[in-house]
Amino acid sequence: MCGIVGLFLKDKSLEPKLGAMLTEMLITMTDRGPDSAGIAIYGGANDGRAKITVQSAAPDKDFARLDQDLKDAIGKPVLMLVKSTHAVLEIPADQVESARTALAHLRPDLKIMSVGDSLEIYKEVGLPKDVASRFDVSKMHGTHGIGHTRMATESAVTTMGAHPFSTGPDQCLVHNGSLSNHNGLRRELIREGMTFETQNDTEVAAAYVSHKLKEGHNLGEALESGLEDLDGFYTFVVGTKDGFGVVRDPIACKPAVMAETDQYVAFGSEYRAMVNLPGIETARVWEPEPATVYFWNH
Amino acid sequence: MQTFDLAARGLRELNQTLHAVKGTTNQTAWEIINTKGSHAIAVGVDAPLDITVHGTTGYYCAGMNKQATIRIKGHAGPGVAENMMSGAVIVDGNASQYAGATGRGGLLVIKGNASSRCGVSMKGIDIVVHGNIGHMSAFMAQSGSLVVLGDAGDALGDSLYEARLFVRGKVKSLGSDCIEKEMRPEHLELLEDLLRRGEATGKARPEEFRRYGSARQLYNFNIDNASAY
Repeated sequence: MCGIVGLFLKDKSLEPKLGAMLTEMLITMTDRGPDSAGIAIYGGANDGRAKITVQSAAPDKDFARLDQDLKDAIGKPVLMLVKSTHAVLEIPADQVESARTALAHLRPDLKIMSVGDSLEIYKEVGLPKDVASRFDVSKMHGTHGIGHTRMATESAVTTMGAHPFSTGPDQCLVHNGSLSNHNGLRRELIREGMTFETQNDTEVAAAYVSHKLKEGHNLGEALESGLEDLDGFYTFVVGTKDGFGVVRDPIACKPAVMAETDQYVAFGSEYRAMVNLPGIETARVWEPEPATVYFWNH
Repeated sequence: MQTFDLAARGLRELNQTLHAVKGTTNQTAWEIINTKGSHAIAVGVDAPLDITVHGTTGYYCAGMNKQATIRIKGHAGPGVAENMMSGAVIVDGNASQYAGATGRGGLLVIKGNASSRCGVSMKGIDIVVHGNIGHMSAFMAQSGSLVVLGDAGDALGDSLYEARLFVRGKVKSLGSDCIEKEMRPEHLELLEDLLRRGEATGKARPEEFRRYGSARQLYNFNIDNASAY
């Protein structure tokens, strides 16, 4: 199973409510995935600043004085916002690489959830309602976001095995389904220089898309070529800094419903996830076609 | 008219209530409100009730229906009217995958589009879709009729037995052992009746359709193919 929800806002007045809307959608999908949950929020970029979201199994120890230590290491100001097991480190945009290198030395046990100008990812093991409340997702603002509830099949129930997966700057991907050629594809992507944190199939799909984007393709092209190269069952929802994409495999047995109004484009594994969105009664509601790439850009 | 508020009273009470009315009441008109995309609404009804579901439904709405007429004033999720035995299910909007799957009797009408696997393994149900249907529709369909006013997706009627398929628009591709067949007067007559019962009279004329059915080449194992296994 697994549940996916997504919201791409067209109406700026809804941006302060993005987290609240996504949280409600996510909790509705608990039956589809009670093992772990995660959310990717595109909160808008501050010029010249980048965000690194990190996770720790021992946040009290790892996050203590982390901003100070990182500032000393890179010689530039660091803003840190701790939320439970995650912390968002805001740094000058040109310091991303040096900060990553420094973090690997300063706190070797930290896991990097996401890097980018706008994206923050929060994910943990547990029921969606508990995950959403520990990170206060309902208070978050943003332009678009994706959430996932996981019923694990391909790899262990761990924080790193939870979705969304992020394998490139401001990029993330969630998945309902299972891939059958991920081991071979992972080896090819490693040869191409991509790195992996888990044995999870979805991480391979995320890295595949990131690799295509790195080669200069746009999101639509990356997803189109994925239809050729990724074997298995999938409904993917993908986020980039200014966009939001959906693609289903040619068999399309994993469910997907979309709704569009003048205010938003919404995605749900089931219509249930969208019932409380404003104006849903009059929204255009449809099922995305198999092997067809959909994407929206700001 | 009985009104049932699904949000207030819950799914189990709804279905138990509908099951309990069999032969015990002359209150046959029901409406179900606040559906919010819930699953398994009005499943297993076995009485000549007239049920209107207000709003979009989740999985398996009206599954295993016997005798009842169930109208969905919205879209239907996966498996609407799955394994229907008799009666009628009418969806005002679109239907998700495997609508009418394994249905043994009755009539399913979808006024919008149906997605993949519509009528998969149908065994006597009649299905009328006003819009298009998706890929692998009528896969292994055994009997009954599938009428499509719009287009059909890939692999229509793959491994078909004796179900009759009528499509007015384009067929993207035919599945294995499915072929186009001659439209004879009895088929035009059958279609006329299906269009009328499917609330599609005036939307399409029987002569506009083409008929597809089984080439009957898969019924028996062909010994010449033994080396392929």
